[in-house]
Amino acid sequence: MERYVSIENAGMTFDTKKGKFVALRDINLNIRQGEFVSLIGHSGCGKSTLLNLIAGLTLPTTGALICAGREIPGPGPERAVVFQNHSLLPWLTCFDNVMLAVERVFGRNEGKAELKARTQAVLEMVGLAHAMHKYPGEISGGMKQRVGIARALAMEPKVLLMDEPFGALDALTRARLQDELMAICTKTQATTVMVTHDVDEAVLLSDRIVMMTNGPAATIGEVLSVDLPRPRQRLELAHDAKYMDCRSKVIEFLYAKQQHPLAA
Amino acid sequence: MTAITIDAMPNVPTNEASLRLTRPTAKQLEIAAAPSSATEHAAAMRAFFAAVLPPILGVLLLIGIWHVATMKGGAAGATIPSPAKTWEAAAKLFADPFYSNGPNDQGIGWNILASLERVGIGFGFAALVGIPAGFLLGRFALLSSLVNPLISLLRPVSPLAWLPIGLLVFKRADPAATWTIFICSIWPMIMNTAQGVQRVPQDYLNVARVLNLSEWKIVTRILFPSVLPYMLTGIRLSIGTAWLVIVAAEMLTGGVGIGFWVWDEWNNLKVEHIIIAIFVIGIVGLILEQALLLLAKRLHTEG
Repeated sequence: MERYVSIENAGMTFDTKKGKFVALRDINLNIRQGEFVSLIGHSGCGKSTLLNLIAGLTLPTTGALICAGREIPGPGPERAVVFQNHSLLPWLTCFDNVMLAVERVFGRNEGKAELKARTQAVLEMVGLAHAMHKYPGEISGGMKQRVGIARALAMEPKVLLMDEPFGALDALTRARLQDELMAICTKTQATTVMVTHDVDEAVLLSDRIVMMTNGPAATIGEVLSVDLPRPRQRLELAHDAKYMDCRSKVIEFLYAKQQHPLAA
Repeated sequence: MTAITIDAMPNVPTNEASLRLTRPTAKQLEIAAAPSSATEHAAAMRAFFAAVLPPILGVLLLIGIWHVATMKGGAAGATIPSPAKTWEAAAKLFADPFYSNGPNDQGIGWNILASLERVGIGFGFAALVGIPAGFLLGRFALLSSLVNPLISLLRPVSPLAWLPIGLLVFKRADPAATWTIFICSIWPMIMNTAQGVQRVPQDYLNVARVLNLSEWKIVTRILFPSVLPYMLTGIRLSIGTAWLVIVAAEMLTGGVGIGFWVWDEWNNLKVEHIIIAIFVIGIVGLILEQALLLLAKRLHTEG
């Protein structure tokens, strides 16, 4: 499907104490089924706002968002979100956090044993079989984020939405999770939208990179297609001419055309 | 400590000869370990004394001042009994705490239990009403703006002002005292629960929205656990107030109970018993507070 998720003339205006604040305007974007799209831009450019619009957590003030031929009415499990700060419930074990989602999506048609098997399988997929009965407070940040990803994947969503999923992690953990995410996306063929401000992460993972202008009233500045063959290997790409070219195009957009608002 | 890390070093060569060279002998280990465990022990002892000694000194200081003030020719010598005399009376009192010579002459144990029972019933009803009310007020803004002015108006009223209303409605002293406890312990529970509900992190509610959880699951899996610490604070404040108020309420209503007992002993001019009662009330209040703090700590979960 060429236009699996389609955003048409979407705009978002917030009512603040100082009056109206235009966060996004004139957003037009079509996302193919199975495509991996990154949203990149300086902080405050409304990338998270755009992601929340696709999630349905906020509704656009103008324009329309359509997913699989239907207008997005609100949040739902077919558009799973991996939150920036993992948002695990601290009073449930990792297993129960994922189980909560699994029960909601598959509880009507499947028995307890099947639901448990699903939960276990997805936790194994993110490499957390050994820690699944621990509480979020007992595991590292990288592991928490993996539980967050597992919870989203467990719902078998049509669209996987990720808001800076690896932003709070150290470089080594981040690289490992990026590799795992690539493998998982290849396996599940999930349509994915990821917010990031890491240029390498965007180029490595994405089929297309959506570069956003600075806010307020931010919109899509350029869209870059990353025509690198998959599976991608981080080490080989480090010296790949096409990779370097994509990378420099994003950097040029971010630092020459759209200087950071504080540096300007 | 250092001796142990050497032993556990992962890249120590494993052939016999070098093992003998690098590994410290058992005797060396002992020597190295002994002083460190001794200093550790000393540090633990120091921490223990630092925590325990000041409170004990404080109590001793109080008893000392009390003793000096009640010595012959002291400031309060004639009217206030000395610590020794009070201790003697307490020993006699607690030798048989559960005797019963009719409704107006019962052991101190019965009096304490009677007061705790009233507090328990009044507080129990308050929790039954106050906690659900707090959930509703926290969840529905309209309801909260409707009821909040009333709460602000009623909360500062001394619970004892409610006692006549209780007497009027229930026609008997005992339920009136319970009613007073109910009224004074309901406010902190309503307010803290409502505040807890309002402060549930937006992230958790977003999770609930994305998962499209049912209202029941939202309450049991998200709202209740995240409100629990606030609720426990409310409960702790409530019990504290209830225990404060019960003494005054019982003085006014009579019957069996620690408050009534204080008043009775005042009429009998047994001042040492009044002092004992003050200590008993203080200690029971302290135990209630500490028990709830302990419970709160046990239930606390970290993110």
